[in-house]
Amino acid sequence: MLIQGLFYLFSAILVLAALGVISARNPVYSALALVMCFVTSAAIWLLLEAEFLAVVLVLVYVGAVMVLFLFVVMMLDINLAELRQGFTRFAWLGWLTALAVIVEIAGVVWARGGLGIDASAGGTASAADYSNTLALGTLLYTRYAYPLELAAMLLLVAIVAAISLTMRRRAGLKQQDISAQVAVRAEDRVRLIKMASEKRP
Amino acid sequence: MITLAQLLTLSGILFSVAVAGIFLNRKNVILLLMCVELILLAANFNFIAFSRYLSDLHGQVFVFFILTVAAAESAIGLAILVVLFRERRSINVEDLNTLKG
Repeated sequence: MLIQGLFYLFSAILVLAALGVISARNPVYSALALVMCFVTSAAIWLLLEAEFLAVVLVLVYVGAVMVLFLFVVMMLDINLAELRQGFTRFAWLGWLTALAVIVEIAGVVWARGGLGIDASAGGTASAADYSNTLALGTLLYTRYAYPLELAAMLLLVAIVAAISLTMRRRAGLKQQDISAQVAVRAEDRVRLIKMASEKRP
Repeated sequence: MITLAQLLTLSGILFSVAVAGIFLNRKNVILLLMCVELILLAANFNFIAFSRYLSDLHGQVFVFFILTVAAAESAIGLAILVVLFRERRSINVEDLNTLKG
């Protein structure tokens, strides 16, 4: 009963925060509402006994990705009035699509036998000494070891791509070019010339 | 006890709010990226719900990989956004017409 109540509370906060993300006037408020979304989602995942993923969601998403979003939003000097122009022009289409999606999903989920499994059942609670992190780690480092390496590689490529995209060289900036200094050879700098000695007049 | 149907409905609502957000904020690239994050969150909800109700941990492994890819995607997306703003002084989608698309 307590878990049910907490689930409804967090779901209400989650949906309200999501509405805040899409309707806030200022992108900074949108980013903060998105942080709220991730935190309440982590709480719901905790109720579902996915502890490791809940912690990862808060650490990686709130701690890193959303901070990146906030940095970019604050760094760019955006003309908000121009971006808000025509905000409600296609709003009816958006809400119509949203309503259609909700009705379709709810129809499938709540229809009797719509999913082919008993959707009104709850999951079985794990034993008290069950560790979600241990089980997930065992699976990740044995069966999913190769995909895990690929994911690590993907993150490395993303780092290189992001840095090489945003690195900028200003023209006329005076600084040492160390690799050019190291690569220089004596022949490039000193020219030895053999010439006949001059006769004394 | 949270039932599977409740969770799937919640993720459906979250998904459709994000889709409506794409319609509403179709000019602002930052808001579009945020709505994509919300859609991915709704997908993760489905994976975790089914992982719990089928007592199968592979769903959670998949959520782990989705989080990884989403982090890489938003990092590169924001980098492209910064470069774009430097070139054009604007992040309006309607200004991105160099390719005549």
